[in-house]
Amino acid sequence: MSVSIHVQNVVKKYGQVTIIPDLSLDIENGEFFTLLGPSGCGKTTLLRMIAGFNSIEAGLIKFDEEVINAIPAHKRNIGMVFQNYAVFPHLTVRRNVEYGLQFRDVANSEAAARVDAMLKTVRIEDYADRLPERLSGGQQQRVALARAIVVHPNVLLMDEPLSNLDAKLRVEMRAAIRDIQKTVGITTVYVTHDQEEALCISDRIAVMREGVIQQIDAPQVIYSRPVNTFVASFIGHSNLFATSLSGQQLRFSPDYAVDLRGLVRSDAPSGKTVTGVRPEEFALSSAGLGLAARVVKSTFLGRYVNYELAFGDASLLPDQAAIEFSQDIGTAKMIYQPGDVIHLEVNPEKINVFTEAGESLMSGVRP
Amino acid sequence: MKLAASPRDFWFWTTLCIAALFIVFLVYPLFSLFASSFVDAESGAFTWSHYAAFFRKKYYYRALLNSMSVTACVTVLAVLIGAPIAYLTSAFHIRGKKLLDTLIIISMLSPPFIGAYSWILLAGRSGLITTFFAEQLGIRTPTIYGFSGILLVLTLKLYPFVYLYVSGALKSIDISLSEAAESLGCDPLRKVFTIILPLITPTVLAGALLVFMNALADFGTPMLIGEGFVVMPVLIYSEFVSEMGGQANFAAALAAIMVVITCLIFLGQKYVVNKKSFTMSALRPMKPSQLPAVQNTLAHVFIYGLVFLSIVPQITVVYTSFMKTRGSMFVPGFSLESYATIFDKLGAAITNTYVFGLVAILIIIVLGMFIAYLSTRRRNLITSIIDTFTMFPYIIPGSVLGITLLLAFNKPPMVLSGTAAIIVLAFVVRRLPYTLRSSAAILYQISPSIEEASISLGCPPMRTFFKVTAVMMLPGVMAGAILSWITVINELSASVILYTGSTRTMSVSIYTEVIRASYGTAAALSSILTLTTVISLMIFFKLTGSKELSL
Repeated sequence: MSVSIHVQNVVKKYGQVTIIPDLSLDIENGEFFTLLGPSGCGKTTLLRMIAGFNSIEAGLIKFDEEVINAIPAHKRNIGMVFQNYAVFPHLTVRRNVEYGLQFRDVANSEAAARVDAMLKTVRIEDYADRLPERLSGGQQQRVALARAIVVHPNVLLMDEPLSNLDAKLRVEMRAAIRDIQKTVGITTVYVTHDQEEALCISDRIAVMREGVIQQIDAPQVIYSRPVNTFVASFIGHSNLFATSLSGQQLRFSPDYAVDLRGLVRSDAPSGKTVTGVRPEEFALSSAGLGLAARVVKSTFLGRYVNYELAFGDASLLPDQAAIEFSQDIGTAKMIYQPGDVIHLEVNPEKINVFTEAGESLMSGVRP
Repeated sequence: MKLAASPRDFWFWTTLCIAALFIVFLVYPLFSLFASSFVDAESGAFTWSHYAAFFRKKYYYRALLNSMSVTACVTVLAVLIGAPIAYLTSAFHIRGKKLLDTLIIISMLSPPFIGAYSWILLAGRSGLITTFFAEQLGIRTPTIYGFSGILLVLTLKLYPFVYLYVSGALKSIDISLSEAAESLGCDPLRKVFTIILPLITPTVLAGALLVFMNALADFGTPMLIGEGFVVMPVLIYSEFVSEMGGQANFAAALAAIMVVITCLIFLGQKYVVNKKSFTMSALRPMKPSQLPAVQNTLAHVFIYGLVFLSIVPQITVVYTSFMKTRGSMFVPGFSLESYATIFDKLGAAITNTYVFGLVAILIIIVLGMFIAYLSTRRRNLITSIIDTFTMFPYIIPGSVLGITLLLAFNKPPMVLSGTAAIIVLAFVVRRLPYTLRSSAAILYQISPSIEEASISLGCPPMRTFFKVTAVMMLPGVMAGAILSWITVINELSASVILYTGSTRTMSVSIYTEVIRASYGTAAALSSILTLTTVISLMIFFKLTGSKELSL
C-alpha cells in the first residue's frame, strides 16, 4: 500500500558537520515528489534517511502515522532505484526482479505472474534470462525499476536514476518512469540535480540548498514564481537587474520603468530591489522603447538565437557583465549582429522582483 | 601468422629472443622430463615400467592419496578461516586492522618450513608445550607429527591467500548492491548468503586453487613434520636424491604425474571460474559498521586468536635465535652465539642468497617488463603462447621444477648443474609471475596513445619504450619485483634439489640445519631471513603507498 511521508524537523550530522540542520516536508500519497538541488545540498542524504541507510540525528520520519526512525531498511517495505542501478551481477534479469519477493508472503505462482507482468510493463521480457552484463545501461535501469516496484513497496525512492544514461535515453526513460509511476500509483521520492528532468517528471519539487528547503511547489510555479534569487537562477536562467521599487512602480533606468499593477505585495517596502527576467521573456521594441542594449555575441541555436547583451550603464547589472536574451526564430523579423543596438521591454506579468537579500516580493508567493 | 606480416622492428626481435629463452629453459626441460620418465635407465629403451610401478606399489600411490587428502583438508580449512576473517574485517570495525593485515602478510611470506620447524619446537616430542603438559599436568598432548601437523602448519600458512583474495573482492562490491538487497526486504544475514557469497564465489575459488597448489607442492613442511606420512613432493625428492642415477627416471615419472594432476586441477578451476565470473567495480565500497558488544568480542577473539597462531612460528624463531645452546639443545640464558656461528660457518649462504636473489630479480624485471608489454600491446600467436607458458610456474611444484632443470642441464651441450646459474634460473622461472602480473596490470592503465604520441613526435619504438613506457610502468614493476624478491629469498623446494656445497642459500641452510637438529643456528638464519622479508615488505608498502597486496 502506498503511503504519505511526513518528515518533521529532521537533523543529519556527519561528526561535527551538519548536513541538514532542520528540515520538514510532507509528501502526499501517490505523489511524484522530487528533491532538486546542486550537488552537496543534502538531497541524497535525505532520501537515504527515508530509505533507512542513513541514521537520523533528530526529528521524525513517518510513513502515514507510523514513525519509522527505528525500523531497519529491510523492514520499511521500500523500493529503491540506485544511481548505478545496483543490479545483482550474478543473477539473471528474472532472478533480479524476483529477488525481493522471496522475503514477502507471496505464493510462487503469484510471484511468477507478478514478475512476468512487471517485465512486460518495463519492456524487458525479451531479456528475462540474460545476465545483467549483457544489458545496456537503459535496460539495466529498467531491471532496477522493475525490481523495486514488483514488491509493491510503500514508497519508491529513486536516487539520480538517469544520470548515467546518455541524453536521448534519459528523455525516453523519464517518460517511461513517469508513466509507470502513474499506472502503479505509488508515492515516489525522486532525487536529481537536473532541473529539466525535475520540471518534466514531478508533481511537486522541493528545491534544496545546503540542507535547507528553499521552495516546495508545482514545477510551473517554481519556474514562474521562484521564492528567491537562488531558485530563480538554479531553475532555468534569470538575468538579475539592479532595480528600485516605489509603490507598484519598478524602475530599471532613469528612462525605463514599468507599472506592476498589484503583482508585487502591497506591503513591499520601497527602495532598492533585484529583478529577475528570463532570457525568453523580453520583448523587442521596434519603437525604441525600454532598455537600450548592444549585441556582444549572437549564437544561432536553431529554434532560438541566443544573444549576449551589454548595457551602457554598468550599475544596471551589479553581478554580471552581460545578460542573455533568447529570440524565438518563429517570430523573429531579423537576426542581429554583434555591435547592433536593440531595445528590450519586459512583461510585468512575467518578471520577478526580489529584495536586495534575494527574497521574492511578488504577491501570492509563500516563502 | 600476424607477426610475419609486421615489419621486423625492435619488438619482432624481442619476441624472438624471449621465445628462444622459453624454448631452451622451459619447454625443452619439460620435454626432457616427460621423455626420461619413459626411459629405462639400464637399456635406454622406451618403457612404461616407471608408471606401472607407481600404480602397483601401495607405498608409492599411497603418497599421492596422502597428498590429495591433506591438501584437500588444508584447502577447505583455509577457506573456512580466510573468508570469514576477510568478511569480518571488511564489514565491521575490527581494532588494529592494519596491524592484523601486516602480521597476516608476514606470516604468509616468511619461509614455508619455519612453521613446521617452530611447531616442532613447541609441540614436538620434546617441545615446550608437550613437556609442560607432560611434566606439570601429566597430560599427553596429541602428536604434532604426520597428517595433523601438516594440516595445522599449512592451514595457518596458506589461509592468508584466501584472506587477501576475498578482502580484495569484497572491496570491489559496490555498497549499493548490499543496500538494494536490504531495500527489497532482505535481512543482513540472508544478504550474506544471497548476495555477498555468490559475488565472491569466483574469488574464493581462485584463492582456494592457490592454496591447493601451494599445499600440494610444499616440500619443506611435510619433510620436517610429516615423518611416516609421505606425500608426493617428499617421495619425489627422496627417490631422486637417495639413489641418484637409477631412480632419476622413476622420479621423473612421479614428477610428470604431479604436473598432469596440477594441470588438470588448474584447467578445471579456470573452467568453473570463467563460467561464474562477472566484472564488478565499486564506486562506493563497503564501509565497516559496528557489531553489537557480544558479537564484537567474539569476532575479535576469533581473529586475534588465529592471527596469533599464525605468527607464533616467527615469534618462536626470533626468540630461540637469542637463546644459549649446547649442541642441539637450548639451555637457559641468552646469547648471540648462534649468530656468531652462522656468520662464521654459514656466511656464504647469506651472501649467496642476496647475490643470487639480486641477479634473479634483475633478470625478472627485464623479462617481466618485456613479456608484459608484448602480451598486452603486441598480441599475436607467439606472444600468447609465451603468456600461457608464464603460467607454468603456478602449475609446476618447486621440487618438480628442480628435477626438471637438473635432468635437462646435467649433460652437454649445456651443463649447468652444480652452478649458481641453475639456481638463478630456478628462481627466475618460479618467481617471474609476480612481476609479470603487476607489470601487465599497470600497462592496462597506461593509454597506448601516450606511446603513439612519442612515436608520432619522431622517437623510434625502442627508445619510446625505454623513455616513456618503461618509466611509466616502473611503479607497478617495482611492486611486483619486491614480491618476487621476497619469494625468491624464501625459495626452498627447487633449490634444495639444485644446491651444492658452494651454492647453498639461506633457506637451504636452514633446512639442513634443522635436519641436523642444529636449532639455534637455524633460528638465527631464519631470523635474518624474516627480517629481510619484513624490511622488503616495508619498502613495498612505502612504494605502493598502500597496505594492500595483490598476488
